Amino acid sequence: MDDLLADFLTETNESLADLDLALVKLEQTPDDSETLKLIFRLVHTIKGTCGFLGLSRLERVAHAGESVLVKIRDGALVVTPDIISTVLQGLDRIKAIVTGLATHDGVEPEGDDTALIAALEAAAEGRLSAPSPAAEATQAPAPEPSPEQAIAAAAPEEPAPAASEPAPAKEPAPVAEAPAIKPPPDAAAPEAPAVEAQIGPQTIRVGVEVLEDLMTLVSELVLTRNQLLQLSRSQEDSAFAVPLQRLSHITSDLQEGVMKTRMQPIGNAWNKLPRLVRDLAHEVDKKIELVMHGADTELDRQVLELIKDPLTHMVRNSADHGLESPAERRAAGKSETGRIMLNAYHEGGHIIIEVADDGKGLPIAAIRAKALSRGQASEAELAAMSDEQVARFIFRAGFSTARTVTAVSGRGVGMDVVKTNVERIGGTIDLKSTPGQGTTFFVKIPLTLAIVSALIVQAGGERFAIPQISVIELVRAAGSGSTSDRTESRIERINDTPVLRLRDQLLPLVSLSGLLRLKTSSTDTEAGQCIVVTQIGASLLGIIVDRVFDTEEIVVKPVAPILRHISMFSGNTILGDGSVIMILDPNGIARAQGIAGSDGHIAEGNTKDVVVAQSEQRTAMLLFRAGDRSPKAVPLSLVARLEDIERDRIEFSAGQSVMQYRGRLMPLVPMSGTLDLEKPRQAVLVFNDVDNANGRDRCMGLVVDEILDVVEEHLKVELSGDRPGLLGTAVVDGHATDVIDTAYWLTQATQDWFHTASKHGQRRILIVEDSDFFRNMLVPALSAEGYEVTAAENGVQAMRLRDSGAMFDAVVSDVEMPEMDGLELVRTLRSGGPWVGLPVIALSARAGDEEIATGREAGFTDYVGKFDRGALLASLHQCLDAALAVAA
Amino acid sequence: MDGMGSQMIETRASESRTGENRNATTGATERVFVTLTVADQLCGVPVETVRDVLGEQVITRIPLAPAEIAGSLNLRGRIVTAIDLRQRLGLPNAPEGTPRMSVVAEQGSELYALLVDQVSEVLSLPSDSFERNPPTLPPLWAAHAEGIYRLEDRLMVVLDVGKLLALAPEG
Repeated sequence: MDDLLADFLTETNESLADLDLALVKLEQTPDDSETLKLIFRLVHTIKGTCGFLGLSRLERVAHAGESVLVKIRDGALVVTPDIISTVLQGLDRIKAIVTGLATHDGVEPEGDDTALIAALEAAAEGRLSAPSPAAEATQAPAPEPSPEQAIAAAAPEEPAPAASEPAPAKEPAPVAEAPAIKPPPDAAAPEAPAVEAQIGPQTIRVGVEVLEDLMTLVSELVLTRNQLLQLSRSQEDSAFAVPLQRLSHITSDLQEGVMKTRMQPIGNAWNKLPRLVRDLAHEVDKKIELVMHGADTELDRQVLELIKDPLTHMVRNSADHGLESPAERRAAGKSETGRIMLNAYHEGGHIIIEVADDGKGLPIAAIRAKALSRGQASEAELAAMSDEQVARFIFRAGFSTARTVTAVSGRGVGMDVVKTNVERIGGTIDLKSTPGQGTTFFVKIPLTLAIVSALIVQAGGERFAIPQISVIELVRAAGSGSTSDRTESRIERINDTPVLRLRDQLLPLVSLSGLLRLKTSSTDTEAGQCIVVTQIGASLLGIIVDRVFDTEEIVVKPVAPILRHISMFSGNTILGDGSVIMILDPNGIARAQGIAGSDGHIAEGNTKDVVVAQSEQRTAMLLFRAGDRSPKAVPLSLVARLEDIERDRIEFSAGQSVMQYRGRLMPLVPMSGTLDLEKPRQAVLVFNDVDNANGRDRCMGLVVDEILDVVEEHLKVELSGDRPGLLGTAVVDGHATDVIDTAYWLTQATQDWFHTASKHGQRRILIVEDSDFFRNMLVPALSAEGYEVTAAENGVQAMRLRDSGAMFDAVVSDVEMPEMDGLELVRTLRSGGPWVGLPVIALSARAGDEEIATGREAGFTDYVGKFDRGALLASLHQCLDAALAVAA
Repeated sequence: MDGMGSQMIETRASESRTGENRNATTGATERVFVTLTVADQLCGVPVETVRDVLGEQVITRIPLAPAEIAGSLNLRGRIVTAIDLRQRLGLPNAPEGTPRMSVVAEQGSELYALLVDQVSEVLSLPSDSFERNPPTLPPLWAAHAEGIYRLEDRLMVVLDVGKLLALAPEG
């Protein structure tokens, strides 16, 4: 039986019970208009609902009953015990049918209601047809406004036929039918007792407050249970142990049970959306398709209520701002119908709700401008921000970039309100926006607000709770003073920044006591510290604590308003021992560390996996020293691993220093020119070049003197071409720092790293790339290959070059750029002009199938991933050869 | 530890609900105050704002919180934010180890405990002994005091609990 029908049955049973009472009351006080109104409303609702559900038999009976009530309400019929009896019989029949529905799994039981309906109709018409004999004598009481007056008016003129006797009995025609009234009640009577018996237990409506109270009580019970457990732990072989264990189990079951009563499918929060989207589509003149997945994902009622409005708002936003008009979509090569997709699913005790549209993406440039004009960030700050970071400005208060305030959105309720609401329930919100392809919002909310499992830790003498949900693992770390040879699980420092090697990854660490500015006593040395590895968005962060206690179930209580600004805490709670404890918010900690879910901090194992590097993004730079005292830097994303190798591992082969590394030989290139073989250990930056297309997978080790630090900087390289191996100088961490040209060092290791052998007779290549960093990296790399390279910052500059008469053999262009992006550039080029036939290679951080298809459609000759130098060179090779062949 | 040194003040008693009394004999309006001392100064808070009076409590420190916030404590299962009245009024810290008492007040369904040196008696004071703040009162006091009551032997500063609890969120 579907939910709708179940709800209907529950509701109808309640209504029927009310109706019984009300009708009896009406019989006693026929002039009680309130009761009459109530009866009428109840019957009308039943009739309307069963019509909607397609329950025709029920509808007919209810309709017949309603017509009698209409007459009574309109004053056309006087309430008499017989009329009430007839209506009650109708109700009994309705009950019988409803019972049948419940037992027959939603199918109406067979039965003949004609007699009953006829009786009801007769009752309804009784008064109308009654006047016929008496009509001459008196004006029909029908038009009289109320039954009471009807009686009063009728009584003196006609000797009481209307008032004292039921109308149907007086009329010959109804009388003939009247006997027919009798059988139905007899028939229905035996069914009636069954009604209560069968329908009662299915569902009961319970007030929300009752459930809330129950939940609060259970939460307190859980806390008390925890308290008891803690007490019993300190007392060995207590007589309470066994009953306490039992109490504990029952409490858990009770908690689960109560929790279940509050679970509702998220579809309940969505059911208004199709209509909303339909209306919106109409209003803003767009074609919108709403797709919903995972509507049956269940979550706590309270959470559901709180998430409803934010979700509605996001869908509204997507429809209004996210999706383009059909014309725009056509122009962009998309289908006219925009799509909004809702997706809900469970993920580790949380529910993820995605609201995605396939529209134009967020207007990053507009957001930048708005953030600047609102003074929320300085120009310099903005320049240092990635598009992702810029996009998050829409979560700030009062931030709406919609040019016009439409009726649909932009009513002052912005994404900031959505964010606040989501965070209020312990959730997080993030977004991903791709120009031209749409925006996806990710809302992560807890299943329930009531009870969470938390890890209790200690730092600086204070205890804190970390929600278990964000804890990945616990690592016990040896101090840096430890002489242990195992580099695993030892806190190391790059400058003063602690890091931990954790299975081939460098895990950034943060000390909790440092973060919270707690006093650390001298005994709290690093020896024997614990690291709580937490997941924040896509990144991992290790939180150094002094001690880890137990996990405990806690009831999250919001912190006092005057403490809400401390983003490190998501709430507070009372522990089993009665003490108050603050609950840490790993997201807040990450924000304080400037990580905020971006993956720029952690060196990925493979440079090709790194999907960062968009223009103006802050680049994580690895600082090191080699040769002279001045610091050198290399983008961390280009470094596969950092190794600290013993002298003995260095071997020589054909005059080249090499080492065995992961089952093969890795050439070692000393940056300072010579290997200092006196040093017992060597710091090595490992570069990895994987090219699946060519089956290439090689690595190279750059030997440096000392690894200093990892810093995040907006990289602006002052190019200087005269020093081999150096791209130029940049200000990193406040110091002038040489940025090394990785391409140069790679070629030092293996001559054919870039197929350097072939020269290309000074082919001219135009690089269109807005990121200084990539431009500065590509220009020398391609120059080294023998190409004559010119660089332009964006499409507009490139067009200027074309219009000024410059000519090239090929164009390599970034896809995402301000002013005029790659797609627009290539479309313009292909539309005519001197460069119409040039090979144009797209260079993008994203190279998914869809992007490639879009790119090819726009006119790109080839599509290459931004970090894939090998592929770029191969592609250039191919394009230029093809161009030659055509020319020949 | 619940109830340790805790005594409920009958705020619901009909006369004191509004905190105002008609003195039957003089006809002057009276207000009822809970008196307390902080750094030897006698202060009073209107009795209707006081939910509870607590003795020494275990207080959990809250890192990164404003200096006025001493921490939070557990009052019969509710978390109460403790505000150090000495800090709030710019007074020197109490000597280490001095027992403190607190007066619990509710604001916007949140409970706050004002840490004071001593809570004394409940006084009913006639309005004719009330005076506005003297203009020379230090700014921190002036900002949080409603006025002064002249008692026989000393002066009592009437503290405005609402203003005391209105800590700037960015504190």
